[in-house]
Amino acid sequence: MSQFILHKENTRGHANHGWLDAHHSFSFANYYNPERMHFGVLRVLNDDSIDGGMGFGAHPHDNMEIITIPLAGAIAHKDSMGNSATIKNGEIQVMSAGTGVSHSEFNANADEQLNLLQIWLFPNKKNVTPRYDQQTLDVAARHNNFQQILSPNADDAGVWIHQDAWFSLGKFDAGFETEYKIKKAGNGVYAFIINGEVTINGQVLSKRDGLGIWDTDSISFKANTADAEVLLMDVPMELN
Amino acid sequence: MQTTILYIGRDTEITTVMNRLLNARPEWKGICVCTDDEAIEICQTHEIDLVLLGNGIDAVCEKALRAKLTGLKPELKIIQHYGGGSGLLYGEIMTAIN
Repeated sequence: MSQFILHKENTRGHANHGWLDAHHSFSFANYYNPERMHFGVLRVLNDDSIDGGMGFGAHPHDNMEIITIPLAGAIAHKDSMGNSATIKNGEIQVMSAGTGVSHSEFNANADEQLNLLQIWLFPNKKNVTPRYDQQTLDVAARHNNFQQILSPNADDAGVWIHQDAWFSLGKFDAGFETEYKIKKAGNGVYAFIINGEVTINGQVLSKRDGLGIWDTDSISFKANTADAEVLLMDVPMELN
Repeated sequence: MQTTILYIGRDTEITTVMNRLLNARPEWKGICVCTDDEAIEICQTHEIDLVLLGNGIDAVCEKALRAKLTGLKPELKIIQHYGGGSGLLYGEIMTAIN
């Protein structure tokens, strides 16, 4: 029998720092909710809006798989591995922090708001060599389809990470129905609704709601509105 | 009451950041070191409530460190600190001490 946990949009942690308006699906920084610590190895899901030209100065990370998906605007990224890049909507960035890396992230545009999802997963191996990658995604390929954008395999579609996790993005027409099969036994799926309204396993979900489902091998999906856009995060439920 | 927290990590830059973060809150006192010998010495000379294992500590060192520190203080809480910064720190510490 499948189990689920529902995180409605308005129950997320919220911090407005002026230049940064952040919503946290799980405990992060000063937002602490013991009931919202993680979903399996998914530890952080931040929905950040950053004013033009503003951002996070150089700061370190270690032992975390950090995935950034810009929803609007562009990020200027620099890190201690020598990478200097701009990541815009339609692209994905991944960083394995491993033994330690320092980076900065700024809104690349002075006159445009940046909205991004930043997702942290616990790695399946500690102290790996830090690495960075970014990819441009074929946005058309996610029309009425869950397009794989991340996996554990370097030769598979999307970016890869040190974890048995698969991420998929889809954009759907109203009324479109499908089933998503979980990639690995023991994994669960956390669905985050980027836009529109959908029904997953009988739960009606609106923009920025999150639904975690586990103890099942598939989920049913239906788009209720024409602008439905969903991120599925298929992750191990057991911490390594 | 102040909680005294020992952080052990190999990266000096992260250790410096952790020292700043841990000592920014009046309810915490942070002591941050990079070597296992320093960590053991601190545990022998200070009343440590919680140990955070940071970056770069391999499995062999971690096992030896856990054995040595709990040998000095059996009730000592030792947890892994992930992320190397402020994002997860408060939640990790609150979960450990509560």
